[in-house]
Amino acid sequence: MGGMRAAGDLVARLQMTRGMKIAEAKKYVADRLKISVADLCDPVIMTEVRQDLQLGTMSPQPGDARGIEAKFRIAEALGIDINCVQRFRAKAGLLIPDSPPRTR
Amino acid sequence: MAKIFTRFGDGTPTELSEAELMQDLEAGTEDAADRGKIPPLSKEELKQLFDIVASPCKFVSVDRGNEVILTYDAATLKIRRVGVAVDRIQALQIYEKILGADTMELCHVDYSFKPLKSIVTMEQPVLEQALLGTYIPLFYGAMPNLGLYSQPDGPFPNPAELMPDGKIREAQESYEQTVAAAVRDIVAVAGAMHESGADGINIDTVGAAGDADFLAALLATQELKKRYPDICIEMGMAGEFVIGMHGGLTYDGVRLAGLYPHDQLKLAQKAGVTIFGPVVNTNTTESSPWNLARAATFIKAAGEIAVIPLHPNMGMGVGAVPVNDHPPADIVSRASKAMVEICRLDGL
Repeated sequence: MGGMRAAGDLVARLQMTRGMKIAEAKKYVADRLKISVADLCDPVIMTEVRQDLQLGTMSPQPGDARGIEAKFRIAEALGIDINCVQRFRAKAGLLIPDSPPRTR
Repeated sequence: MAKIFTRFGDGTPTELSEAELMQDLEAGTEDAADRGKIPPLSKEELKQLFDIVASPCKFVSVDRGNEVILTYDAATLKIRRVGVAVDRIQALQIYEKILGADTMELCHVDYSFKPLKSIVTMEQPVLEQALLGTYIPLFYGAMPNLGLYSQPDGPFPNPAELMPDGKIREAQESYEQTVAAAVRDIVAVAGAMHESGADGINIDTVGAAGDADFLAALLATQELKKRYPDICIEMGMAGEFVIGMHGGLTYDGVRLAGLYPHDQLKLAQKAGVTIFGPVVNTNTTESSPWNLARAATFIKAAGEIAVIPLHPNMGMGVGAVPVNDHPPADIVSRASKAMVEICRLDGL
């Protein structure tokens, strides 16, 4: 699907975290990002969407979210837990004690 | 009518007439249907395959809307294999930012869980550091590789030496012991990498050592899902057919020896696999259309019953891709399009 050039990594995360088949995963990501399913594979549209939401782009601009910073945004935008983001929160002391588990 | 350019399963160029092309497609699907006890492709599907193979374009692609996810096995190993002298984290960045990969995999050159167990604490920091600077999902992968558990490489008697002496039961007992040891190693390494933040674990080249190898991967998956309910496990197979090196091993009451992809998938789903990667081997002496029709027949049977994402292996020597270190894009692209559009796939 073009990875970060489009939304390949985002759709892959739904297959990996929720076991979604491809059509369901595409629709889920498109709905969360408020774009059409066809937009997911368009590198021009997705670069704008990713830039606006700070989800990481192939050519990041100065000040853009990078690496783990962008993955915090991806987890929030898609409403999913990302393993390394959860680990970062724990290691950085960012977890709220006794917080209820994220609804999945 | 001009001849249609295609290749043999070893990549050698050839040309077929329209009639010869359709004959090869029909023979390929019949071979798979006969071996797998599954339906052959319909006349409409064979026509669809014919049109894909006969396209005058050098490179073809799926229709708009049919794009799928690509997962990769042994990614960082392959960058080094081709002689690109970069560190593994740089190799991952090449996949992510240069190749536009949807997912990527960190791995060690000694791509088996057994040797990794003793160096897993050296692997975890690399994964943890890679995860800080990359964006796309990152797997950690390795093989069960049960061959490493028998003497002289491992602790157990070598079944290949016992069987010629008629010591069948002793050979089977050795395989059973290797399964238990391999499960411990897979769970230890995969658990450590999951706790270090991996987005997924790729248990790759499953079944390379036969039914015991497949059983170890299934049992390890089951145990990992029990310990880490959210863990993502991709299981990639080694071949289309589970070889009965033991012969009597079962999982959930099903004998493993002799299973083809659609039956392997059922057990993978029961064990808790998240993404399943079936394999259909390429026959080098048959044409690419023959191989493609055969592969599509096997994978379509799996696609019709899959409730989890299905990512068939489409690399060198599998999925109708020629057995050659430099798979030609004409056949790779035709095989990819055909598999995705005929077999209801979620990825490759």
